[in-house]
Amino acid sequence: MLGNLIQQTVNALTIGSIYALIALGYTMVYGVLRMINFAHGEMFMLGAYVAFLILSMLVGDVGMAGAIALTVAFVVAVFLVGFIGVGIERIAYKPLRNSTRLAPMLSSLGVSLSLVTGMQILAGPQPVAFPSFFPVVRYEVLGGTITSMQIGILVAAFVLMLGLHFLVNRSRIGIIVRAVSESRPTAQLLGINVNGAISMVFFVGPLLGAAGGILYASYYGIMSPTMGAVIGLKAFTAAILGGIGSIPGAMLGAFILAFVEVGGTALLPVITHGVLGTEYRDVLTFAILILVLLVRPAGILGEAVSEESIVYKREF
Amino acid sequence: MSVAESLAAARPRSSRAVAFLVFAVAIALIAATPFLPNYYIRVIDSLLIYILLGIGLNIVIGYTGLLDLGFVAFYAVGAYSYALLASPQLDLHLPFLVILLVAASLGAITGILLGIPVLRLRGDYLAIVTLGFGEIVRIIINNVDWLTGGPKGIARLDKASILGIQIARPVDFFWLLLVVVLLAGLVAWRLERSILGKAWAAIREDQDAARGIGINTTNAKLAAFATSATIGSIAGAIFAASQRFVSPESFTLQESVLIVLMIVIGGIGNILGIVAGAAILILLPEVLREFAEWRILFLGLLMIFLIIVRPAGIVPRSFGPDKLIRRLFGK
Repeated sequence: MLGNLIQQTVNALTIGSIYALIALGYTMVYGVLRMINFAHGEMFMLGAYVAFLILSMLVGDVGMAGAIALTVAFVVAVFLVGFIGVGIERIAYKPLRNSTRLAPMLSSLGVSLSLVTGMQILAGPQPVAFPSFFPVVRYEVLGGTITSMQIGILVAAFVLMLGLHFLVNRSRIGIIVRAVSESRPTAQLLGINVNGAISMVFFVGPLLGAAGGILYASYYGIMSPTMGAVIGLKAFTAAILGGIGSIPGAMLGAFILAFVEVGGTALLPVITHGVLGTEYRDVLTFAILILVLLVRPAGILGEAVSEESIVYKREF
Repeated sequence: MSVAESLAAARPRSSRAVAFLVFAVAIALIAATPFLPNYYIRVIDSLLIYILLGIGLNIVIGYTGLLDLGFVAFYAVGAYSYALLASPQLDLHLPFLVILLVAASLGAITGILLGIPVLRLRGDYLAIVTLGFGEIVRIIINNVDWLTGGPKGIARLDKASILGIQIARPVDFFWLLLVVVLLAGLVAWRLERSILGKAWAAIREDQDAARGIGINTTNAKLAAFATSATIGSIAGAIFAASQRFVSPESFTLQESVLIVLMIVIGGIGNILGIVAGAAILILLPEVLREFAEWRILFLGLLMIFLIIVRPAGIVPRSFGPDKLIRRLFGK
């Protein structure tokens, strides 16, 4: 029982840290631009594919040793996807900044669809086996099994989130991003480079999302062009749950969601005597989303602003 | 006569000619369809179903300015209404018109049930909640095997018939769909021109101001949602009757996104634009057969391009049915 509990806790922490990495991208973009970036899940997918490509080039053509190649592939891939994110913002969202609220969202839908189908044409629609980024060693802890991969994912995610924390709270760039997120017109009046801050957000968000994608693909050993859709939706749920626009909220929301999901998957068949099986896990996620929106639309750590003030005041 | 004057004088005549051309081509196409081979009639049937879906979703996206990404759920409600009420699955064999009525009411009820919790919220959240709702419906259909047949779907649906006239051949569905599309288009167009339509437009342009002038925004949005869901559900029932088979595969998220794409490319908020958008969406892969897999990539890129360069779409809102009618019959 205790072993099972520990194992499920570690499972939830692992998947939660991956959700958190993706949720951060949603929440940061929303914080700065008040837009839902539907293409963010595709950054997650791109991360896995780009890392896979670089890894096969490094190991196959250059003949680099495994561990170094993995590190290099990880770092290069996340930075590349970060730059892709900046490029996408420049092309598809920036011209729409003074347009209607619907326009950038629709544009991001177009980007999302193009990236998924583009990848299906390039790499084929079928799932591809993904190499493990960590040597898999199993540890027995009080009767539960924990793999070294889970530890690696937790450490990597923790380091990235700590890095983001320092970037946002302790650096000059962070102050600029926070200022723009608080009020874009005021920041602009103060002489802050608003475009720079937005580019920064579209660099860091996809970078974290790509890292999430690599970790996820290596955890499950598989990647596919459509892997970003459902995970993206869940990460977005996590961001809303925690309070959209809030960085600690996104992390908190991601872990809560992961715990509910893992716990729900384990308990649903037991509680309902097998009527609702594990396949209803995603239904549970969305049911939570709708419930949170009903009870506390601002999310757990979000500011309890009156329902539409942040959204509608400035844009028209 | 100065150049400007002659231009001003020439313009109405030439655009009147365009209007007549559009009208004449439409009539010619409709008249020619029954004589085409069955394959082409089927393509036109699916074109009409997409136009119907577009007209429904456009009420929410185009008129009210809310992004609904779970529209396919209502389509599924309609399709499964027909599949369950007219097949050996539950051994029910109700007449087509009755099912159409049931599907329409179920669609409206689902729309309202989803709308009540969601529409009080920020507009942004609607997109994500409807997206989640669409997925919930699909997952449930996929897993309630005893009722929906799960991933295998339901086959051997009854042949539809209206008042003793059997509707089975593609050309029968063509006439049925044509009538339904014209009716739905008429309803949507009249609604847009009505006081409710003005409230929708106000919500679209500025929700706070709309509330300020005394519009009950929640009710107006709910009305938009219910109307749209009803049309989507009717489209689903006709789709199921024409395929005589339903499975969850037809109701994926991508389907919802495609309908949004079609509206945005054709002309958001404009029924004539939807016809153009559906034509591009359906006819493109027929024309470029060997590039079939590039179709969605092309459409995605086209949407980004159009939103940036021509946000009104191919046929802008200003060239709506009103204008067409005025050009045709008015001064």
